[in-house]
Amino acid sequence: MIPNDTHIQSDKGTSLWEDAWIKLRKNRLALIGLSLLIFLCIMSLLTPWIAPYGYEEQDLLMGATPPSAQHWLGTDIFGRDMLTRIMWGGRVSLMVGFIATAVALAIGVIYGAVAGYVGGRVDAAMMRLVDILYALPFMIFIILLMVVFGRNLLLLFFAIGAVEWLTMARIVRGQVMSLRKQEFVEAAHSLGLSQWIIIRRHIIPNTLGPVIVYTTLTIPSVMLLEAFLSFLGLGIQPPQSSWGLLINYGVETMEEYPWLLIFPGIALSLTLFALNFLGDGLRDALDPRTSKD
Amino acid sequence: MMLSIPEPQRTNEFNNMTSLLDVKNLKVHFHTRNGRVKAVDDVSFSVNAGETLAIVGESGSGKSVTCYSLLDLLPKPPAKIEGGTAMFDGEDLLTCSSERMRHFRGNDIAMIFQDPMTSLNPNLTIGEQLIEPLIYHPDKARRQSRNIAKCRAIELLKEVGILDAERRFKSYPHEFSGGMRQRVMIAMALINEPRLLICDEPTTALDVTIQAQILELIKKLQKSRNVAVIFISHDLGVVAGIADKILVMCNGLAMETGNADKIFYNTEDDYTKRLLNAIPEGAKTMVNRAQDKSLVEVSNLRTWFKDYSGSKVSIVKAVENASLTIKRGEILGLVGESGSGKSTLGRSILQLAPTTEGTVTFDGTQLTGMSNSQMVPWRRRMQMIFQDPYASLNPRMTVFETLAEPLLYHGLANKNNITEQVQSLMDDVGLARAQMRKYPHEFSGGQRQRIAIGRAIATKPELIIADEPVSALDVTIQAQILDLILDLVERHNLTMMFISHDLSVVRYISDRVLVMHHGILIEQGDTESLWANPKEPYTQNLLAAIPLADPVSERARMTRI
Repeated sequence: MIPNDTHIQSDKGTSLWEDAWIKLRKNRLALIGLSLLIFLCIMSLLTPWIAPYGYEEQDLLMGATPPSAQHWLGTDIFGRDMLTRIMWGGRVSLMVGFIATAVALAIGVIYGAVAGYVGGRVDAAMMRLVDILYALPFMIFIILLMVVFGRNLLLLFFAIGAVEWLTMARIVRGQVMSLRKQEFVEAAHSLGLSQWIIIRRHIIPNTLGPVIVYTTLTIPSVMLLEAFLSFLGLGIQPPQSSWGLLINYGVETMEEYPWLLIFPGIALSLTLFALNFLGDGLRDALDPRTSKD
Repeated sequence: MMLSIPEPQRTNEFNNMTSLLDVKNLKVHFHTRNGRVKAVDDVSFSVNAGETLAIVGESGSGKSVTCYSLLDLLPKPPAKIEGGTAMFDGEDLLTCSSERMRHFRGNDIAMIFQDPMTSLNPNLTIGEQLIEPLIYHPDKARRQSRNIAKCRAIELLKEVGILDAERRFKSYPHEFSGGMRQRVMIAMALINEPRLLICDEPTTALDVTIQAQILELIKKLQKSRNVAVIFISHDLGVVAGIADKILVMCNGLAMETGNADKIFYNTEDDYTKRLLNAIPEGAKTMVNRAQDKSLVEVSNLRTWFKDYSGSKVSIVKAVENASLTIKRGEILGLVGESGSGKSTLGRSILQLAPTTEGTVTFDGTQLTGMSNSQMVPWRRRMQMIFQDPYASLNPRMTVFETLAEPLLYHGLANKNNITEQVQSLMDDVGLARAQMRKYPHEFSGGQRQRIAIGRAIATKPELIIADEPVSALDVTIQAQILDLILDLVERHNLTMMFISHDLSVVRYISDRVLVMHHGILIEQGDTESLWANPKEPYTQNLLAAIPLADPVSERARMTRI
């Protein structure tokens, strides 16, 4: 019954993600970004064991020294080792960046997809809610949350995520509204597929491009938001550190002790570069229309 | 391949003159990442003043590239002109300076594009766009004042058949219909009195009656002005009446050149023969399989939409009081021009468009008023094939995923036998099994339509509504897909409603025909008796407008008007 078609044996099916991986491996910049991110994540995970000093350990004789053999990246004005503080700070910054963005992504994509697909009054009501939340001053919202629930890191993730999903929802809704009118969605409807399956299988995968790009832009903005909140005393508190906090303090003493700004700045910029390269690579890799060769 | 072009046999007073445009050995290659593509490979032709050359070929044959290269309109890179000459009135268009080319464009050589909807600037009045070439003429001495230009433009608008030209001069493009916009485009092309007019599929986006009018207009203007015309088309039927000479192209090669009569009646080239044979002509050859029992009954169906685009909410009566029956086993054709509501009627029968009033009954059960979840078991029994095979397939799903989805969802296959089922489905619609894991963009238009057809027959439906399934396809591919549809109808015992604006296709495929006009079903009857004896004037006009692949009768029609 099966024709003697040699292709069949060799042609094992590849899923969208397997395909994406094959294409991603050929994109050098994206690979560099990916390895850099993995390296930063591993460093952060292992920090408690590999950091050269404790994060609040002070070397009172060495207040604000430039990089040296003893302290590779120098010390801050309290004589704390900068490398250690950057490593501990990375734990907080990366965690905030990834978790808050994941929260924003999950809420935003589903909310936007439903609003755009259902349309009509439901869409109008859902998007007015988004408008209201947009109009709500962010600071008041966060301060209210802090007052009600007390200050903890989890709440910080939630609060940032709860704000960042709004833009994501709008982007996805716009995409979905144009996809909804496409014939392949109508074809899926005429096959009798349920609304949820149509959204999940036919709509959301086709919004991936802009969503990925926006995600890679959201992660750094979330990291900076955390720095801002911490600076106001609503996020991480010293002696704990995050990249945003370190940069904030570094800016104050930029003229006397430039290394306090430069090194945390480099850490944050490297992450942003890595994310952007990876994001671009992923967008191309996940689009079946780009060639595999 | 013939390099020298035989002179037309019909006597033509310009025969003795040298050609206006003489293209010799034109080669245009595209240098892409995947290697070099020979878009135009050693093509030669010539056009005299007052003569029409038709360049005919399927998509990708290089017919448009040939003409775009004459006006230096190709993106370079990737395109590169590798050789040849194009002598226009003694000057080589391929090597002249860009300054000189600007002078040729619009001034000596004008172009009309395929889509009148996108080739006009929506933010300028058509009058403003018409006089632009006159008041900003590259040759300063020939620039004209706004008032003179306006008089000239209005005069031309009248000539191309725009009524009330003074008032319409100030209208914006969106206030015109497609056919009217194409008339404006023609006026725009002629405003500088060019000597050569290049028409790139100017009637492809238009309805058949409008197409006939535009063809007549081009012919009339050509005669009154003695311009040379190059008419690009994928459809031999369209050019039969207007072409003096025809150049048939395929894959960048000139397959055959000759005068129209020779190409149509006396061709020696195999490819031309294939093109001619692919034109659907004449009556259906398959027996009428219609049974007495009806499968679908529609009574007094109304589908109205609210239109929010104007200042007030208006109601669009897309389908008005439609009553029809589809008998088991028959192929019912539904014809009408764009905007006639034929697609909406098809969608309303399948409950894909919300109906306002009336009932649709399928196999004895009323579908109107059912909820989405109640419809699910019925959806399996009725399917749809869409017009655009590029839009109707999810670009992120492989052929396997697309075809497996309906089978798995309706429980017609399970994880173990799904591969086998999908393969047999692919055999059914003539796709190679090895292509199962490919994505839609890796297929040609015809193959994509096969995938879409495969998806429609996957659930073994009884009724298929095909909405213009072949109108986006080349003529040879169209013939293959039509045969595939007929074959599947017979093998799977399908009932089909075939919606199309192309009357020849409908005649070729259907047992019975409905004619729709402005949302109303105005006439119906068995295909052949309707063709022989149309009662409504609208149907008579529609049938009279069908272009035939027969130069003699087409020319007779042109001169009649």
